[in-house]
Amino acid sequence: MLMQNKTKRTQGWMGIRRGHRAHPAEWLAEKFIFLVSLTAIVMVFLIFAFIMREALPVFTGKMSSALVQPAISVNDIDKIPRVQLQAYLGLTDQELARMDKDTLKSLMEVKQEEQDDIPQNFRDNPDAKINTTEWRYMLLPHQWTGYSKPSYIWQPVGEIEKYNIIPLFIGSLKITLVGLLFAVPLAVGAAIYVSQLARPRLREVIKPAIEMLSGIPSVVVGFFALIVMATVLQNTFHYETRLNVFVAGIALGFAVIPVVFSISEDALTSVPASYTHAALALGSSKWQAAWKIVLPAALPGVFAATVLGFGRAVGETMIVLMVCSASVMSWSIFDSARSITTTIAAEMGEVVSGGVHYRILFMLGALLFVVTFLSNMAGEVIMHRLKSKLEGKR
Amino acid sequence: MKKIIQKISLAVLAAGLAASAQAGNITVKGSDTLVILAQKWAEVYMGLHSDVKIQVAGGGSGVGFAALQNQTTDLCDASRKAKPAEIENCIKAFGARPTEYKVALDGLSVYVNPDNAVKELSIDQISGIFTGKTTNWKQVGGADAPITVYSRENSSGTYEFFKGHILNGQDFAASAQTMPGTAAIVQAVLKDKNGIGYGGAAYGGGSKLLAVKKDDASPAIDPTEQTVEDGTYPIWRYLYIYVNPALDKGDVAAYLNWIRSDDGQKYVKDVGYYPLPANLRQK
Repeated sequence: MLMQNKTKRTQGWMGIRRGHRAHPAEWLAEKFIFLVSLTAIVMVFLIFAFIMREALPVFTGKMSSALVQPAISVNDIDKIPRVQLQAYLGLTDQELARMDKDTLKSLMEVKQEEQDDIPQNFRDNPDAKINTTEWRYMLLPHQWTGYSKPSYIWQPVGEIEKYNIIPLFIGSLKITLVGLLFAVPLAVGAAIYVSQLARPRLREVIKPAIEMLSGIPSVVVGFFALIVMATVLQNTFHYETRLNVFVAGIALGFAVIPVVFSISEDALTSVPASYTHAALALGSSKWQAAWKIVLPAALPGVFAATVLGFGRAVGETMIVLMVCSASVMSWSIFDSARSITTTIAAEMGEVVSGGVHYRILFMLGALLFVVTFLSNMAGEVIMHRLKSKLEGKR
Repeated sequence: MKKIIQKISLAVLAAGLAASAQAGNITVKGSDTLVILAQKWAEVYMGLHSDVKIQVAGGGSGVGFAALQNQTTDLCDASRKAKPAEIENCIKAFGARPTEYKVALDGLSVYVNPDNAVKELSIDQISGIFTGKTTNWKQVGGADAPITVYSRENSSGTYEFFKGHILNGQDFAASAQTMPGTAAIVQAVLKDKNGIGYGGAAYGGGSKLLAVKKDDASPAIDPTEQTVEDGTYPIWRYLYIYVNPALDKGDVAAYLNWIRSDDGQKYVKDVGYYPLPANLRQK
């Protein structure tokens, strides 16, 4: 049977050309692998969809976190329409259906007590009527009562809840940048040394040693930074705040270095040896060959490594949680900062499920997801372009 | 031979499962302030009643309330009163308000480094420091050095109590470093000469506990058992346990009664908190 179809080229599924008829088991295996990879992609989108569903009320603006809100008296329970009662109490259709009148009355009493318990000095506060979840208050500075100038404040727990997310973005950005500035030169330098300049015996010792760094749990790195590194660095550099972005960035570097090192080293090793041999034959030193010939050839890989390192740094939670977490709005790296990941990890435990704070935390998670996704995609595109340029296709 | 061993081990397993299913199983979740005390109570009670198993976990008062409304815990430890939103969620989940029991007293201390010259502060001065209005120790009688403020995360009941009662609802300074637990605050203050923090008196070991004046004219009071119990130390609070009223019977009710009786209250001092005054105890 196989001999009969030797010369006939079949157009297979998805245009895959085969020199023989597809064996049924092969066809099945191909479909199965396709399904598995499709599932992985679908899972990623489902995760994103779930997070966005929880965060959607923030974007549609249907929440109100104003302190003083009109309360409906318990005695009016029969006078107001059912739909209004449902909206006032924040109930879903099933919850409303299964609750009896006494339960609804006790819910209304709790809402009444909530309004009655507000201290008088807050009732008169002009900030009490502001819906602090409006985008204007989440993104722009506002002069709250008790502050001397308009500020970006993230203090979600209190009588007046303040949800400005700008300090968190700046915090994440600062810590990531310091981490990358520390880690990338070290890791790429180590990769160049290990792949191009080191003797084989030394290479076999250094490479596993650096890759062992990735085996240290991040909570241990964070703990080490909090107890030992912070004190050592403060004694060396004599700055004011002991737990700041500088310490967090360096600790984060420990987690990022193995990632960047592994991939850069692979990229540098995969540059054909003929490049190096040609350079050496023409009279360059090993260092000149490495720096001027091999590194530019491996640039797409090194760039990909940096982008992966960025993704790792931006998503790192435990290290930054343990080292620094004050939501300061400043550009100095010797001040503390609060990253988005710290905020989500530290505050998610306390939030009232389905409440305003809960939804804003989910929104931050969705934003983080989008940032990492976009940065990975940008990395892929730029790497693709770099590769084409190097191979002379552009 | 193999088959006999298999049969015997299956029988033992089944017996073990049946036994554990009958034993009272009480889950306690919530406040990190209360977790050491809750563990001590659980240990002692399980020693007295071998058929009851009690599991204790921390996580913060907020975590305890979330578990209460999800009905994944029997008792919720809390170092603050329940918020109206949490009470609403409990009503939506199991149809009734959670029952509140006061179980101990806590004096909230203000910690400073043992090398700090300052020994006492008034509530206004403490409030000024933690809101960020006072930024240098020399403004409150100490050395000329900037103040580093350590606070708890906003998931903590201690944070909310401090904000509501000492800061009168004002915000903490944006530069206040948030530490994950009271022990972390004490540790940070011990490492930082200019640090100041707050937390339950039980954790203060090693740091200096400041004496607190209610206002500039009052005498400075140290946090001791006497001053907290009679209320002369200004920063004190109740520690609570909340329970679903439907579960408040049998083993759970017996445990709660024991905690609030003289027998249970005598262990409170060992851990560093203060026992309930006599009029609030369970007879």
